[in-house]
Amino acid sequence: MKSTLLAGALLAFATATSVHAQAIKLADVAELSGGGATVGTNWKNGIDLAIEEINAKGGVLGRKLEVTHADSQSNPGVARAQVQKALDAEPYVLLGPGYSGSVKVTAPLAAEAGIAQIMGGEAAELTQAGNKFLFRTSFGQQSSMPKVAKYIHDEMKAKTVAVVWVNNDFGRGGRDVVVKELDRLGSKVVADLSTEAGQADFAADVGKIKAANPDAVFVYLNEEESARILKELKRQGVTAPLMGETTLIGQKVIELAGEAANGARGHVGLTTDAPVDLIKAFREKFSKKYNYVPDHNGLKGYLAVYMVKATTEKMGKVDPKKFADTLHGLTIKAADEPGILMDVTFSDTGDIDRQSFLVEVVEGKQVVKQVLPKVK
Amino acid sequence: MSNLFDLLVAGLATGAIYALVAVGFTLLWQTSQTINFAQGEFVMLPAFLMLAAMHAGAPFWLAIILGILLSMILLGLAFKMLLVDPMMRHGVLPLAIATMALAIGIKEAVKQFFSAEASPFPSIVPTGDISILGHAVSLQSIGVLGVAILAVLGLTTLLNRTSLGHQMQAAAQNPTVARIIGVPVERMILLTFLINAFLVALASLLITPIYLAKFSSGEVLGQAAFIAAIVGGFNQVRGAIAGGLLIGVLDNLAAAYVSTQYRAAVPMIFLIAVILFRPQGLLGRAEERTV
Repeated sequence: MKSTLLAGALLAFATATSVHAQAIKLADVAELSGGGATVGTNWKNGIDLAIEEINAKGGVLGRKLEVTHADSQSNPGVARAQVQKALDAEPYVLLGPGYSGSVKVTAPLAAEAGIAQIMGGEAAELTQAGNKFLFRTSFGQQSSMPKVAKYIHDEMKAKTVAVVWVNNDFGRGGRDVVVKELDRLGSKVVADLSTEAGQADFAADVGKIKAANPDAVFVYLNEEESARILKELKRQGVTAPLMGETTLIGQKVIELAGEAANGARGHVGLTTDAPVDLIKAFREKFSKKYNYVPDHNGLKGYLAVYMVKATTEKMGKVDPKKFADTLHGLTIKAADEPGILMDVTFSDTGDIDRQSFLVEVVEGKQVVKQVLPKVK
Repeated sequence: MSNLFDLLVAGLATGAIYALVAVGFTLLWQTSQTINFAQGEFVMLPAFLMLAAMHAGAPFWLAIILGILLSMILLGLAFKMLLVDPMMRHGVLPLAIATMALAIGIKEAVKQFFSAEASPFPSIVPTGDISILGHAVSLQSIGVLGVAILAVLGLTTLLNRTSLGHQMQAAAQNPTVARIIGVPVERMILLTFLINAFLVALASLLITPIYLAKFSSGEVLGQAAFIAAIVGGFNQVRGAIAGGLLIGVLDNLAAAYVSTQYRAAVPMIFLIAVILFRPQGLLGRAEERTV
């Protein structure tokens, strides 16, 4: 009797551990509170939605996906500690963070552990440091900013430009590339304004823009600050056209800034308003599950998980050590893996090549004005 | 020059809100020796109460009334009865620390029950411009300034021109004598807490459309108003008003002419200078206390 009980207990234990071993563990570290809460919450929800879909269809190579979410509090120091903790649990792939500053301090940890890190940061320098384990989910600034500068010069016909940027890795990176490109094209930067992350009052900055009287204003801040400056630009009656990136015309910014967002334009690598059927379907699923329209960070989180799926299926096995090598140079077609939404190619540095969009906010809605094709 | 004019108007509008909050600091200090380090969070919370009322289906005007009433109950009555009264017996310092804990509590509660993300908040003043001396000035700035000035005028009239105001001043200046001549001191102290709650709710209504409703938005405001109250004179309502306006203008000028990175440092440096050379504040009265 005693031996039967023991055998039963052992069997139960073995079954439990084998079920546990079958799941593929992913670790996510994101900005779930603090200044980047909009970024992190969208990213996390995108991940959860993708995992739910994949698991409902039987998982990856017959194994379910599991994810743990940790909060970086939008603070690079906390992000580093959380990533270290996540890596100690030996995940298959690390997802996040979304802020470039947090990615910068955590990337060496993941590289040292030999774990691929799929993140949301857009600072140019992130993929230029020779890290073989870091992958983007969106354009880096070195890909997007030249397109932005060209649009300001060619389409907006701006001879003078005011550049407002947030004084962190993300803002500085974008500012450096765009100022260089504007200079090369012959548009003069008449105001170069650095602002602080989390800044509430933009009256003085907008006052300076007004005094410089530029033909166009390039705004490169995080989402909440973008909304505040849009309101202040409207309040002080600045009429120069506004150009930015995803962070100027995202859904959350439109919601926060209200009618002050109308007329703002931005180059967008990812938008839920893209005229792409798979993205429309994603937007519908996301909105249904979370009761709000996601911004591009929701798409990034979703894509990150499908990058894991497509790469793993390409390898034909779950091998964390070979993951990064397989993803380098890989082209994933939406026809083969609908979850990837648009055809995408990953370079040897972890940068991406994909089509992008030129968007304008019209009556509180993102309207895609141009589709810019994939480079290669 | 036009830039300077715009900066002054924007600075005065922000400063007027600082003044409302700073007046609350001085009122509580004068009547009950309470230094409320949760004053910034007191400004943040009413906006969320109003948003909650709107989410429950109330129109904006009703949400404003409900928000102000709820603020007066929670941030006036309950704050006094549940935190200030029990802690007061232990002295000024434990009470000040308790208000710091309250600030953290309010912030975390809003984060937990509402969201860590910012939310939009409607403005009571329509957008648009009017021309003043040939300059386009936004209606919002004028509206904020106007409402804040009205509130401050109302308060000073109440304090200086009515019997109730005289009783409040008597209770603040010498509670023992006030009691002897029949002033209901306890009720007067409660009244100042209610007035403070009303002022912070008003400040919340004015500032949140610009700063957005966010759990952390009270930090900047609380600090600015505290500096304004000290700079102006912690024991004078008119000092707090002057301090608020001054800090608002100084902050904007510093951001424009010094640097955005160092804008927060300029009011601080000014504060240190005031403490060194005029510790009672610009319009304050020198006060001595036995220790």
